[in-house]
Amino acid sequence: MYRLFHIVQKEFIQIARNKAILPLMTVVPIVQLIVLTFAANNEVKNVQLAIVNHDQSTYARQLIQKIQVSDRFILVSTPRSSKEADALMQGGEVDIVLTIPPKFEKRFYQLKSGKIQLLVNAINGQQATVGASYLSSIIQSFNKEIRSDAAPQLFVQKVNPIPRIETTNSYWYNQDLDYKYFMAPGIMGELVTILVMLLTAMNIVREREIGTIEQINVTPIKKWQFILGKMIPFLIIGFVLLTIGLTAGKLIFDVPFRGNLGIIFAYCLVNLMAVLGLGLFISNLSNTQQQAMFTTFFFVIIFILMSGLFTPIESMPKWAQYLTIPNPIAHFVNVMRSVLLKGSGFSDVWFNFWVTGILAIIFNTLAVWSYRKVS
Amino acid sequence: MSAVKIENISKSFDTVLALAQVSFDVLKGELFGLIGPDGAGKTTMFKILTTLLMPDQGKAYVEGFHTVKDYKKIRRIIGYMPGKFSLYQDLTVEENLNFFATIFNTSIKENYHLIADIYGQLEPFKKRRAGNLSGGMKQKLALSCALIHEPKVLFLDEPTTGVDAVSRAEFWEMLGRLKAKGITIVVSTPYMDEASLCERIALIQTGKILSIDTPEHITNAYHKPLYAVRSDDFFRLMKELRGQHFAERVEPFGEYLHLTTKDQITEHEIHQYIQSQGHSTIELSAIEATIEDVFLDLMQAN
Repeated sequence: MYRLFHIVQKEFIQIARNKAILPLMTVVPIVQLIVLTFAANNEVKNVQLAIVNHDQSTYARQLIQKIQVSDRFILVSTPRSSKEADALMQGGEVDIVLTIPPKFEKRFYQLKSGKIQLLVNAINGQQATVGASYLSSIIQSFNKEIRSDAAPQLFVQKVNPIPRIETTNSYWYNQDLDYKYFMAPGIMGELVTILVMLLTAMNIVREREIGTIEQINVTPIKKWQFILGKMIPFLIIGFVLLTIGLTAGKLIFDVPFRGNLGIIFAYCLVNLMAVLGLGLFISNLSNTQQQAMFTTFFFVIIFILMSGLFTPIESMPKWAQYLTIPNPIAHFVNVMRSVLLKGSGFSDVWFNFWVTGILAIIFNTLAVWSYRKVS
Repeated sequence: MSAVKIENISKSFDTVLALAQVSFDVLKGELFGLIGPDGAGKTTMFKILTTLLMPDQGKAYVEGFHTVKDYKKIRRIIGYMPGKFSLYQDLTVEENLNFFATIFNTSIKENYHLIADIYGQLEPFKKRRAGNLSGGMKQKLALSCALIHEPKVLFLDEPTTGVDAVSRAEFWEMLGRLKAKGITIVVSTPYMDEASLCERIALIQTGKILSIDTPEHITNAYHKPLYAVRSDDFFRLMKELRGQHFAERVEPFGEYLHLTTKDQITEHEIHQYIQSQGHSTIELSAIEATIEDVFLDLMQAN
């Protein structure tokens, strides 16, 4: 134990002296948490819109006004002809072209259906589909308004007998659908995992690159002491990072803490064990810090993109959904969101616990096995 | 009993044969030198003896322990100073020494007597990071760290490479004092002039041992006529002598050429020949062979 204590102490001195690692561990995560939480917002805003108005009527103007009031749309242009509008779409300047045909108002009063055309630029998938549905709902409600307010006498017989289904929504666990509440906990989990994995992967390989591992290898230091001596400091760093992240999340975004924070820290321990094992495994297989860096990047990018942090796992193809099972970040993101926002208890996140536990056993076995191979 | 015993050790890396059937013994308390140029196999030998590498063939023992089977026991009783500086550059002098002491379950205080005259010179800089030390000081720190647990056998792989002449001389004095304390020392060096400071040496070249003996015996065994010669035009002289049938070998040694001749020519005749080539300020004298002469001769014979 005495020896282990000194190895851990040595590791901490080295970390504290490293000018690159210290800011990497403190400033960078907070900046990322703030920037990503604000930027990674799935709400569709600022859809670029062009309106071709062939009918200079009151209704046409009212509809345009109604659309302009919404903060989701920016009216960039009102071209005179469809040709001009097509050119704008071709040039990528607008996401949606709305065309109001001639005699739009007149046809309405003649009790014929009024037709409106929506051209949607589907290259930007989310902007297009979500934007189009927002726009449709605006047009629908406008339709309802003019039928009931502006011309009730025209529709007296027709409107009343038609029954309607009215839907009202309530968003559980996140009343106002505030994306920041949704993103911040996930990003915290992701940041802790990535940083610890990267730092661990670079560590042993650094000793090999500088040659210090040779001096260590001729001493009676035991393998478990050496590996544990490397793991303990990074476990502690991981916990400090999580604490910083949670504090920042509360102070800056006022993220609700509905569940038990103990569950989060307990899960963090299991998760870090898995990630440390993977980091050490990568470190053992690499000869240079550069190799370790690139291998870690490969894993990190897959882990993040398939973690359900930015795109929901449920909308991935079936095979990709299975691939998220051995992904420690996916579990961390899920635990953070469930416990913080929903107040989930231990039994609700039990699946995440045991899968991550198995990952920890697999990765650490690989780490110990590969360490023997090399030395 | 010998401190180190090596029996028919061979080791290859892919297709390169680093050590071929090497055998030798190092006696207890001996200062033993492994002398050879870069790439001769010295470092490979050290890595096998310090249990960092396994030999392909043969056996090696350190203090009676087998280097493969008893590697854990060996690691407790040896001190190793690798050729490349491998202490923590971001730790201070004191932290490095302290760290290696605690790994061996000892303390600086306990074994201070062993390193007193080496570490004593470093103590004014004990708060300085190892990476900021000069070459000579780094080497003293590495030696202190290798000694802190009172090893029985000390393995020093090219400890004086890249160190200035004064520090080199100092370092050999230190080794002499350590030897007096009863520590067996195996040291390798590419510098032939350091060979005479060892009690016994092994000359090694491309993985083979050329000769093992005391430096005196090795040089005395050189029976060929040897002359030191110089003139005002050093390089022309070297070229001309190399073209002569009586010259077996002509090598530059500092300010002089070492000329090994075949038996049939006298010193007088050589002098006459050099004069006939138009050289002036000629110096020519018969000399005793140095280790380097022997080494070059053995190398050529192989």
